[in-house]
Amino acid sequence: MAIGTGQVSLSDIQTEYGGSNPIQLSEYYSKGNAPASGEIQLWADFQGTSADAHTFISSQTASASSSLSFTSGIDSTYDVYEFHFVNCHPATAGARLTFQMDSGSGYATTMTTTNFLAENAENNSGAALVYRTIRDQAQGTSYQPITGNIWNNSDDSGSGVLTVYQPSSSTYVKHFTSVASVSGNGFADSNYVAGYFNTTSALTRIDFKMSSGNIDAGEVRMYGVATS
Amino acid sequence: MAKTLIATATASASSSLSFTSGIDSTYDVYEFVFTNMHPATNAANFTFQVNAAGGSGFNETMTTSFFRVYHNESDTATALYLATAQDQAQGTAYQQLFHEVGNSGDESMSGIMILYAPSSTTYVKHFLSRTNGYYAADFTTDAFVAGYINTTSAIDEIDFKFSSGNIDAGTIKMFGVS
Repeated sequence: MAIGTGQVSLSDIQTEYGGSNPIQLSEYYSKGNAPASGEIQLWADFQGTSADAHTFISSQTASASSSLSFTSGIDSTYDVYEFHFVNCHPATAGARLTFQMDSGSGYATTMTTTNFLAENAENNSGAALVYRTIRDQAQGTSYQPITGNIWNNSDDSGSGVLTVYQPSSSTYVKHFTSVASVSGNGFADSNYVAGYFNTTSALTRIDFKMSSGNIDAGEVRMYGVATS
Repeated sequence: MAKTLIATATASASSSLSFTSGIDSTYDVYEFVFTNMHPATNAANFTFQVNAAGGSGFNETMTTSFFRVYHNESDTATALYLATAQDQAQGTAYQQLFHEVGNSGDESMSGIMILYAPSSTTYVKHFLSRTNGYYAADFTTDAFVAGYINTTSAIDEIDFKFSSGNIDAGTIKMFGVS
């Protein structure tokens, strides 16, 4: 919700942008129209502004990594979490980017999922729209693929977004959806994966890894979508 | 891209959840995020309609498509198909965004709907939706709905409800995207 266009108080700014007590103006550099340093003017820098409801939380960058994990920051602060995976490049040709979540007993939470893809080849052959029964799970506990086969030529990779809904709920199963695009052995694959973790326990950690070999390079960025 | 939270509607045995202000020319793109929409009635469909500025009632004409993917927990059924029974051709009914949500204690549906330039007085109004839910018979379903509201009048109100019974619980947040 935007700060009003009338008088602006420190409390107004804290309500919109968060921050600790006692309030320190230095927390609000680069927020609203405030400068990155120097003098902050309450009215001029904040009237009518609003916090970006799409908040970057943290990122993990691969460098011949066996996996990329987020072990903090997944809680009730946000109802919706987005994981943007950018140019994830496998060490092993044909590996798929996969993920699991953890409620405190390891990355083996039960899930039921769907998986389909649309693809076309660079030589314009092999276009298809198909359900992938070998890439879904029915009450399975394995890591779930969220991409198709990524090749490991130097210019091949996979990118996309995984969205997880209310992982902290202790009432409902945890829904997720994912969309990804990968380049694999002369094919462009669009992969659509969705499902639910069939647990009412809060999920607090997430792990990404390739189905085979290391994540040679790439980044996963975690965002929260505002709750208030 | 920056998102601004405009308003939140939280259900508590609610017949519907409406946004009757805040949809205007401030943003070109509006996102509605559904979190754990839980029906009072088993196998109710989650739906929406809109109202044009100055109009009366949620009954605008729309043409839509609906396809879905499902897989059951017992691993005996999968499908990817066009659900023609859930689309509309110049219809004025509430449009399904998810077909048959379960109402057991841990069952619900979640997802996002994007509405483009609702204040346009030149173009029809496009929308896209993707939701995942717990279908009433222990299936996961990934539902894709899109279409346009076939009016050049500005749209300034939107309403969400289940096809039968109340919205027992759940939250819808409306964001503006700039």
